[in-house]
Amino acid sequence: MTDALTVKMRARKLNFCYGDNHVLHDVDFDIYSHTVTALIGPSGCGKTTFLRTLNRMNDQVVGAKLDGEVSIDGEDIYRPSVDVTALRRRIGMVFQKSNPFQKSIYENVAFGLRIAGVKDRRILDETVEDSLRLSALWDEVKDQLDKPALMLSGGQQQRLCIARALAVRPEVLLMDEPASALDPISTAKIEELIEDLKLRYTIVIVTHNMQQAARISQFTGFFYMGDLIEFGQTAKIFTTPTQKRTEDYVTGRFG
Amino acid sequence: MANMQAHGPVALVQRRRWRRLFSPLPLITGFLTLCVVLMLVVILWNIVAGGVGRLTWEFLTTAPSQGMTAGGIFPAIFGTVFLVILMTIAVIPLGVATAVYLRYYARPDAWFSRAVQIAVKNLAGVPSIVIGLFGLGFFVQFVGVGIDKSFFGGEVTMGQPAILWASLTLALLTLPVVIISTEEAMRAIPTDYLEASYALGATRWQTIRRVVLPSSMTGILTGGILAVSRGAGEVAPIMFTGAAYFLPYLPTKLNDQFMELGYHVYVLSTQSPDVDATLPLLYSTVLVLLLLTFALNALAVVVRARLRVRQAV
Repeated sequence: MTDALTVKMRARKLNFCYGDNHVLHDVDFDIYSHTVTALIGPSGCGKTTFLRTLNRMNDQVVGAKLDGEVSIDGEDIYRPSVDVTALRRRIGMVFQKSNPFQKSIYENVAFGLRIAGVKDRRILDETVEDSLRLSALWDEVKDQLDKPALMLSGGQQQRLCIARALAVRPEVLLMDEPASALDPISTAKIEELIEDLKLRYTIVIVTHNMQQAARISQFTGFFYMGDLIEFGQTAKIFTTPTQKRTEDYVTGRFG
Repeated sequence: MANMQAHGPVALVQRRRWRRLFSPLPLITGFLTLCVVLMLVVILWNIVAGGVGRLTWEFLTTAPSQGMTAGGIFPAIFGTVFLVILMTIAVIPLGVATAVYLRYYARPDAWFSRAVQIAVKNLAGVPSIVIGLFGLGFFVQFVGVGIDKSFFGGEVTMGQPAILWASLTLALLTLPVVIISTEEAMRAIPTDYLEASYALGATRWQTIRRVVLPSSMTGILTGGILAVSRGAGEVAPIMFTGAAYFLPYLPTKLNDQFMELGYHVYVLSTQSPDVDATLPLLYSTVLVLLLLTFALNALAVVVRARLRVRQAV
């Protein structure tokens, strides 16, 4: 199966520190195109930190230091000449707690386009509709595009955030526990969404929920205390892991 | 209280003693509150009773005449409005820019940003008369005279008391109010919003312009209105920088002097040729000034409530 896949993003010898706190140790990771890769592990293991290094969101944090290489399509994203804003349009992110802006539904989805300089109303309209359809929200909001986004329910807001991230046509979508704050029905809708999205995008998802990882991902990476303990096809990780610690975690011996 | 017996004559006496100790407290505090409220009511009543008589349409729309013993206060109202508009144009951009710089651009430990923060806090405590004298010394006599020398060949145009200098001096006085209101509003924005913006590829300036400032509008507007209501009532900053006792014309140019409500009250109380005759006008002027201040503060409350509802949805 792996020969049909291409590597979309890759981390090599990735070390990351917050000040004196060495949070990620020598991580080597491959992310394959058009797949869903899950990052699992107990709280504080570094999986969210790792996710954030993929679109340079840790740049904002004071005292953050990164060593090693992270690349997309073979190009190092931490080169000084890289335009970070353009990079983040290629690698989008959806957060754990949905965070729509205090604007209308339309303006939320159009935000990414406007800051990229798109002014043509027609293009904006088309892209907003497209993105909302992609995130399975269009039918529910098509008559209320001008209403405030904060009016929507939790699950709808999260789908709005997904639409907003998709509007800039990224190649990779990073999701940090996107359904952890949602009820089971909304969670199911989002998982269905992720299934559909992987056909067009590459998805990396951090999740606390191992059953979710098993359901929706093709590859899984297990992190523990800043180390990548094991990486491989999801089915294998959950049924016949090679590392004892992986087995202990996926069988629930610790969490 | 742990060693107090629950029943019996000893317990009863102890309970009564506690009750006697504690029950006057609500009475005393209640009484003091009543005194404060009564004082306010008495002052307001005094002003309304003394001033409402002369509060006619004519009073509000004509100029004073006959040595301030007759006529109206229209020039003072006009001057106050013009002054306050100029002040707002100066103070809001400067105040918001300072708050934005302090929060998003300055490194918190850099000596420069710490110096600015100390300066803002101290500016808030400077007495208004000192600010007025600074306005005179700096704006009128330094900047104004400098402009005259460079652009008008020494002819006295800007180097004299003028509504421009008075409004800038007032802006200096109300700057801390705007900065603090803006800062408060920006602090209330959760970092989630900022992260969402950056994750979509926005630069820092784009995030400030499109996410931070729109969400801070309530705070900025409230700060602006509070600044205006404070500025409309201050006399010391404008006494030396442009307010005048009586002018036969309305201020139309930036280097005109002007009449103003607060200053007019001062003038009527201290420099009136016939105190008994001007007393009713004095009351009415005070009433107008108070009504204006109350209206502005009420406006601030309404604006804040409306915008908060719209945002909180």
